[in-house]
Amino acid sequence: MATKTYREALNEALREEMHRDPDVFIIGEEVGKFEGSYRVTQGLLKEFGPMRVKDAPISETAIIGSGVGAAMLGLRPVVEIMTINFILVGIDQVVSNAAKISYMFGGRAKVPLVIRTPGGGGHQLGAQHSQSLEHWFAHIPGMKVVAPTTPMEAKGMLKASIRDDNPVLFLENLALYNLRGDVPDGEYEVPLGRADIKREGEDISIIAHSRSVQLALQAAEKLEQDGVSAEVVDVRSLRPLDRETIVGSVRKTNRAVTVEEGWMSYGIGAEIAATLVDEAFDYLDAPIKRVAGREVPMPYSKVLERAAIPSADDVVAAAREALA
Amino acid sequence: MAATQGQPTVAGAVDRHTPLGLTPDDLKRMYYLMVLARSLDERMWILNRQGKVAFVISGQGQEGAQVGSAYALEPGKDFFVPYYRDLTVALTAGMTARDLMLALFARAEDPASGGRQMPGHYGHRAHNVVSGSSPIATQIPHAVGIAMASKIKGEDVVAAAWFGEAASSKGDFHEALNFAGLLKAPVVFVCENNRYAISVPETKQMPVPNVADKACAYGFPGVITDGNDVLDVYGAMKEAVERARRGDGPTLIECKTYRIVPHSSDDDESRYRSKVEVEEWKRKGPIERLRAYMESQGIWDEGYEREVRERALSEVNDATEYAERAVSPDAVTILDNLFGRV
Repeated sequence: MATKTYREALNEALREEMHRDPDVFIIGEEVGKFEGSYRVTQGLLKEFGPMRVKDAPISETAIIGSGVGAAMLGLRPVVEIMTINFILVGIDQVVSNAAKISYMFGGRAKVPLVIRTPGGGGHQLGAQHSQSLEHWFAHIPGMKVVAPTTPMEAKGMLKASIRDDNPVLFLENLALYNLRGDVPDGEYEVPLGRADIKREGEDISIIAHSRSVQLALQAAEKLEQDGVSAEVVDVRSLRPLDRETIVGSVRKTNRAVTVEEGWMSYGIGAEIAATLVDEAFDYLDAPIKRVAGREVPMPYSKVLERAAIPSADDVVAAAREALA
Repeated sequence: MAATQGQPTVAGAVDRHTPLGLTPDDLKRMYYLMVLARSLDERMWILNRQGKVAFVISGQGQEGAQVGSAYALEPGKDFFVPYYRDLTVALTAGMTARDLMLALFARAEDPASGGRQMPGHYGHRAHNVVSGSSPIATQIPHAVGIAMASKIKGEDVVAAAWFGEAASSKGDFHEALNFAGLLKAPVVFVCENNRYAISVPETKQMPVPNVADKACAYGFPGVITDGNDVLDVYGAMKEAVERARRGDGPTLIECKTYRIVPHSSDDDESRYRSKVEVEEWKRKGPIERLRAYMESQGIWDEGYEREVRERALSEVNDATEYAERAVSPDAVTILDNLFGRV
């Protein structure tokens, strides 16, 4: 076991998978000579050459669409999109092509494509660079959407995503790239489709994904000072959603708060709350509270950005309401 | 025109500006706009490195392409649809140093958006400067729409869209130019070919040597200009604007230039290009080129240079101090302008 950053863990997963399987290759903007906008592809061009680490022009439709084509021919492209915001340019290739080809082709072609991309805000990058859009893709049958939050998961889930025969949207986050954590030595995978209890507790379940898991953990610590034992459930896989783990946690704690950085309306908290009402209604002792971003385009101003993004204190306040 | 009469010129120096309808005062105005833009831009980087502002994206080295093109439009009437390097376009359209600094500091008084929009994403309703996008090339279809509206309303307004060569790899570029060609829309497409899409050189972005070559697919002219020669750009733009106003349709103008600063305050350019290359382009910069030309025409001397520098510096100082003192937007205003009101 060694301590590594989230970024290093992703880089290791890519390197090991490219060694293991000659069909794995990378396409994206800045992935080659620049070694990735967030340095996730560091050293890979040197090691594997330009046939397998392809710098692309700023053409997201072509990047994702050619990834779909190559995947149909049996390769395993790992596409890097600089931020989730830029997927919008090529969204037809994701939603109406990658996710549907296996079905529309009667199972005669599959699309083992991974789209790696960071989402979220908090870096004063304004309205068009700070969005949380992962639930758009989690809405689509035929897609898988995962959001690892630790270096260990980043490596294990990227490997599992690359080996998966279906299109996977692999959500990263700028605030997580430098996060350090233990990464096991040797070969391992973290299976897709499973949530993870990041902290055990008895009184309330805080259910979050991606960077919001950190807010949930901070909130749980603050609540502990008041004698409240909060359980933190990391959703980790938005599609398929591990309803069993989420429902199991709330059946135990009887209270729930969902946390997401994106907008509340039609969001991930809504899906989780509906699941809890369906499957844990009799166990709930209080209405489910949702914490989410303010429903505005992300403002550039630091003052306004802080007001737009949920904080650990917002999570604590929501938990107190649910506990009142 | 007789504006240069009686002024000493360097022997053999050809007068290129008078045939274009430009007076010495025009040249001085263009020169000042470039110097002001450069001074502002340099100050913005300093403020970023001091930790006072979060983000800077700039177009140092591209001022010539910007002023040469924007100067051929009519401020207050025509539409300026810039991209995020077009500080000099914004100034030429009528925005002030204070406007730009207020946006950089995200102040409540920022005329573009009250601190909502990213710095460098120039917008000013009164000056017909249309706020742009961080994802590239999305403003090109907007310019076509503005030109189409001008045609529908029977106005003789021209719209110009500015973008880098990297934007010509985007679907938006192709679709917008194709549609503009079909509509014969009064629009001018100005490509500032600064050679890099962040780190990716132009040779790895496109399989043809010139962005202008792409115009042949859209049924209108593609013109290559020396983007660091203000007069060359101005001449091409003047013709394109006249053509658009006449109803003869769009033109694509490519300005060959160079970005002499990193992509943004978050970029490390040493990863993809050498200092030697950047220094060489700095020597061939548009400010230096126009200065040499003006000197050859007897329009420039050391005294004028000092005056210009002092004026620019005091404007930049005033704008910086003003914006630094101005207040940030109040958090209770966060929902303001979510929906438009006409």
